[in-house]
Amino acid sequence: MMKSAYFQSVSSSRGYWLISAIAGVITLAGLIGAEHMESAGHWVTGMSNQVVWGVPHVFAIFLIVAASGALNTASIASVFARDDYKPLARLSALLAIALLSGGLAVLVLDLGRPDRLIVAMTHYNFKSIFAWNIFLYIGFMFIVGIYLWMMFEPRMNRFTARVGTAAFIWRLVLTTGTGSIFGFLVAREAFDSAVMAPLFIVMSLSFGTALTLLIGMLIFWINGATMDPALAQKLRRLLGFFVIGVAYLVAVDHLTKLYVTGHHQLEQFILVDGGIYTLLFWGVQILLGTMVPAILLLLPRFCQRGYLIAAALLVVVGALTQVYVLIIGGQVFPLELFPGYSVTSTFYDGVIADYTPSLAELALGMGGMGLAVLVTLIGIRILPFVPVQMTGENQD
Amino acid sequence: MTALAATQRARLNASASRPESIVMDMKNSSPASPRRTFFTQASVGVALLALAPGVRLVDLALARAQDEPASAAQRWGLLVDVDRCVSGCDACVSACNTEHGLGDSERPQTDAQWIRKVDLVDHNTGHQLSLPLMCQHCEEPPCVDVCPTGASFRRADGIVLVDKHTCIGCRYCMMACPYKARSFIHEDLTGQKTHAPRGKGVVESCTLCVHRVDRDESPACVEACTDAGREALVFGDINDRNDPLATQLAETTTRELRADLKLNTAVRYRGL
Repeated sequence: MMKSAYFQSVSSSRGYWLISAIAGVITLAGLIGAEHMESAGHWVTGMSNQVVWGVPHVFAIFLIVAASGALNTASIASVFARDDYKPLARLSALLAIALLSGGLAVLVLDLGRPDRLIVAMTHYNFKSIFAWNIFLYIGFMFIVGIYLWMMFEPRMNRFTARVGTAAFIWRLVLTTGTGSIFGFLVAREAFDSAVMAPLFIVMSLSFGTALTLLIGMLIFWINGATMDPALAQKLRRLLGFFVIGVAYLVAVDHLTKLYVTGHHQLEQFILVDGGIYTLLFWGVQILLGTMVPAILLLLPRFCQRGYLIAAALLVVVGALTQVYVLIIGGQVFPLELFPGYSVTSTFYDGVIADYTPSLAELALGMGGMGLAVLVTLIGIRILPFVPVQMTGENQD
Repeated sequence: MTALAATQRARLNASASRPESIVMDMKNSSPASPRRTFFTQASVGVALLALAPGVRLVDLALARAQDEPASAAQRWGLLVDVDRCVSGCDACVSACNTEHGLGDSERPQTDAQWIRKVDLVDHNTGHQLSLPLMCQHCEEPPCVDVCPTGASFRRADGIVLVDKHTCIGCRYCMMACPYKARSFIHEDLTGQKTHAPRGKGVVESCTLCVHRVDRDESPACVEACTDAGREALVFGDINDRNDPLATQLAETTTRELRADLKLNTAVRYRGL
């Protein structure tokens, strides 16, 4: 039983209860926001018949995409047999489940009728990519649960690689499905693109690795330890490449649209004169969320831990901004029903729609983040997820 | 008498009068003996007696009973004559709102609109147009494709509806609709009409006045447009070649919105 001795559950500490309290308060605020939205109706949000998916979807999509990416570390250890990543394998699988729980909670609580969740679980339209995603999410939870069992139970360790491979394939399909929720929207030029699926896969690698680093370091801090510097450096370089990967596919998406004359107005809006959306795209998504972290992550002179934390935080801020610009920016731009005509109506045809998120929906979105951290904290308290010493040795 | 009922009555009359005209033609072309005339008339009468129930049956099949399911033999549709539609006239919109109890919450961004008037100006020529826009009742509706629970569905006769009992309010159909034809109910409602069940947290759109269609009546917007003297809206059965709608669709150039998506809409526009 030497192997299990390398992992431990986290004991009570001031840090543990402090972070738990903060996550609990954020989660509670999210629940209050959701209750307000559901009892009053969605008119208390910034959403409307023009912008039907708001900030809750931004957080939900971010968390769901990050969930599959959080499994990276475990996948690298099991699928690609890189033992130096094994100390974080259990934690990365727990994070995958926790982040998905947070994302799905936000998604469900933002429904017009969350009380009809049972309807969503019993009535399926198999042509709907949304329905496929329900299966993909549930299946992901199940497979990652089995994967954790393989990692936890010494007698089952020999199956870890196989189940890890299944989980890896499943997570690729899952993110393809999430990207296709948007990619299949043929009527909306901002989304209708085959690039969405691979873009979402690379986004998941980046978002998930950033959150694994941040939450991982937080947990080590709670536990009075620090992450093995060698492993931290490997994750740092990995995150740097993922950030570049996301930037590449974002560029491909925009270049593809710029080539098509019919999409020029949309691109003009996002890239040039879209006000807050242009500012968010260039200022936060590209400059702060891509260029700065790419420099911090890839140049050797910024290898200190402080830079790594700053870079990972910037990646998360850039990620949320990217999803915001994609989902909200894509909706506020009007549908083009009458090419060659200027359009006016009482239903806001032909104009850029207004959207300002309300406190309630921001609270709900943040609540999903809080819930993900809370689930992680509960997990590490009751089961040995956290490595005792981050030595980088083969500990399974 | 509604347009639909009038159409059917005219169809029945046309069917019944056709043999008589044959008799008249025979009379005019060659004078016949009284006996020959008698036999001719008798045989026509027998033929009429034999054919009439069949003709009647066809009509009964078209005008289905209330307890019968919708049939794919019909496909209800609308023709919008843009040349007859006038900017500033919103008789169709008002009629729809009244018919379905759509209210004004003084929050126009979240208020439901099942039909709206759209004013267009040609970028190059400055030519101005006005037209109503509503659910286009596609043959291949994207809203039905994406709905996770199957709440969005297409009736056999082509009317696209939302099952208010299985809609979970995810709004994916609103994201998918190319025509922005759907509305989400953002607040509690009161005073709903029994024929138009509506409620907070679900999505809704033009039903083509399915409750009226099932009573062999025209949609409220069509009736209002006719009452306003515009007659810019023609409702009918696209599948029935004798129907005025099908006739006009066959005789004039019409177009569907976002034809590039190949959704085969039941709402067509003339003069656009």
